[in-house]
Amino acid sequence: MKILVPLKRVADPDNANKVKVAGTKLETTGLEWKPNPFDEYAVETALRLTENGAATKQRQGEVVVVSFGPKEVEATLRAALATGADRAIRVDVTDDKLDGDLVARALKAIVEKEKPDLVLCGKQAVDGDSNQVGQLIAEYLGWPQATFAGSIKSEGAPGKETALVVHREVDGGTINLKVTLPAVVSVDLRIVAPTSVKSVYTADGFKYPDGVRFAALMAIMAAKKKPLVEEKIETLAADTALKIEYLGFELPAARKAGVKVKDVAELVTRLKSEAKVL
Amino acid sequence: MTEFVFKEPSFLPEEMLMLRAQVRRFVETVVIPQGDAWEVDGFVPRAIFKQMGEMGILGMRHPEAHGGGGLGPMCSVILAEELSRSSYGGFASSTLVHTDMSISHIAKRGTDAQKKKYLPPAIRGEKIGAVCVTEPGAGSDVAAIATRATRDGDSYVLDGAKTFITNGVYGDIYIVAARTDAKAKASRGISLFIVEKGTPGFSVTRKLEKHGWRSSDTAELYFEDARIPAENLLGEENAGFYGIMDTFQDERLQIGAMSAGQCSKAIELTVDYVKTRKAFGETLWEKQAVRQKLASLAAKAAAARALTYEAAQILAEGRECIREVSMIKAHCAEVLQEVVHGCLQLHGGTGYMIGTPIERMVRDARVLTIGGGATEVMLEEVAKRM
Repeated sequence: MKILVPLKRVADPDNANKVKVAGTKLETTGLEWKPNPFDEYAVETALRLTENGAATKQRQGEVVVVSFGPKEVEATLRAALATGADRAIRVDVTDDKLDGDLVARALKAIVEKEKPDLVLCGKQAVDGDSNQVGQLIAEYLGWPQATFAGSIKSEGAPGKETALVVHREVDGGTINLKVTLPAVVSVDLRIVAPTSVKSVYTADGFKYPDGVRFAALMAIMAAKKKPLVEEKIETLAADTALKIEYLGFELPAARKAGVKVKDVAELVTRLKSEAKVL
Repeated sequence: MTEFVFKEPSFLPEEMLMLRAQVRRFVETVVIPQGDAWEVDGFVPRAIFKQMGEMGILGMRHPEAHGGGGLGPMCSVILAEELSRSSYGGFASSTLVHTDMSISHIAKRGTDAQKKKYLPPAIRGEKIGAVCVTEPGAGSDVAAIATRATRDGDSYVLDGAKTFITNGVYGDIYIVAARTDAKAKASRGISLFIVEKGTPGFSVTRKLEKHGWRSSDTAELYFEDARIPAENLLGEENAGFYGIMDTFQDERLQIGAMSAGQCSKAIELTVDYVKTRKAFGETLWEKQAVRQKLASLAAKAAAARALTYEAAQILAEGRECIREVSMIKAHCAEVLQEVVHGCLQLHGGTGYMIGTPIERMVRDARVLTIGGGATEVMLEEVAKRM
């Protein structure tokens, strides 16, 4: 199976307080960058789908990672190559010239060229929380989609996977979907639990360590030699006009101090009269 | 939650940044949640060494032909700094003694057969190394060691005692310094040997209780007619002193990096604390004296760290750097004391309570002005080169 994983770098969420607002733009100079966590989960999922969990050094498919941004996003791509992805594509563009729709249309062009069996993405980026790209690509490609996957099992013969069974958590239960390939799937946090992903190569009952795998030193060194190509946004999308215009940004209001209550009776009264939750 | 980390030196290549990111995540997700348990147990579980082995970080400077990474000193500095950011000095020392202070002797001066036998399991974290130089009667004065190794046919027979040996209780591969020529000038009669756990006549006489570094095991060892094959001589006979001095350079450089990692973590914890702790109607951070104290400590720590990375870069370029490495050992470990004590002070009574990380960090930091060459000895090494 060949899988395309779109990756985004985001401002380090642990240092979100350093983000400055400059008019209708966010000031990004001087920020530390990290891969979007949900995208890291997507890479981990893609690797698990293209390997036997008990023999991860032997690849059983191809994982291509793609990111949009200036030269510096190559660090994000190299990190994905170090954890096991096979190839990388960087679309040369700056963040202020992108919105979710343009990213989805450019990705469509890449999909038509690369012809993956699956586009696997994080459910959303933790910066803008737009949660659009996966759904838009599926629409533009006319492919089936399954969003917020909590677990995935591939079906079919090794090398000829035909479908994925995707579980998604909803209030009070789980929705189970079967999507025929090619398809678009977006993943949620639980996808990196030990038994959430099962490929046709991995034995039943196999357990991964919880979370995203560590890149071994050898893999970090080897990542330097893996192919990383550059594409131009203009050649991928005929129309690069943005559909979303940002009108302004505001920091969340500072938290107000809490109130101490004397007893349960007062608490109940306040919950009723002030908080209005009872 | 505040994060306080130093800026990346501009000369670090991308793969070193990736290495740092991996080690940092390992420390945050694997080490920190378990560190308190290791402090109680008094050692780092072997499974953790094996996990670090899988990550390829236990032999980054060892030869590639034997499973190592074949890299230079910069990776040791990054490893030491990031492991130290765990706040568990014992865990960091246990790991670094294994990688850069004991097994590195075999990687640097072992025969092919020794490398083939000992390096792969050590790099995988299956066998753990210890280095045995210090004795009850000889610390920084290495030339004064009294343990003897007497040649007898195809063997050497070891007699003597070693103390303060990190990884000494649960280790497997011991690099032991012993006197092979009683008549020669003190520094010219010492040799190094590889001694395996279980060698008859070699015993762990005591598991030592320490002021800090409680998650690492530390031993007093005894050799009584301990017979080892002559092929376990490590490097040339009577050249051991020079091997020890050479490896001390790695150790001292790493102590600069350990200090940097501990400083950044201590400052991070303290900034977090003073921004929430209130006194006299405002947070401690809102008091100029408090935040300037932290800013001053941060500046000193950043300067000390810069010297460490500078020296690592000089060494990576193959240039001689003994004076600067001695400065690092003398200076960085002392700056660390000022930083952790200053940080504990700003924690107030909370900082004095067991269970508060800064309380442990003060205890863990203390040894770094002593081990690997005491500050006073290091200053002499600097002075000699002035």
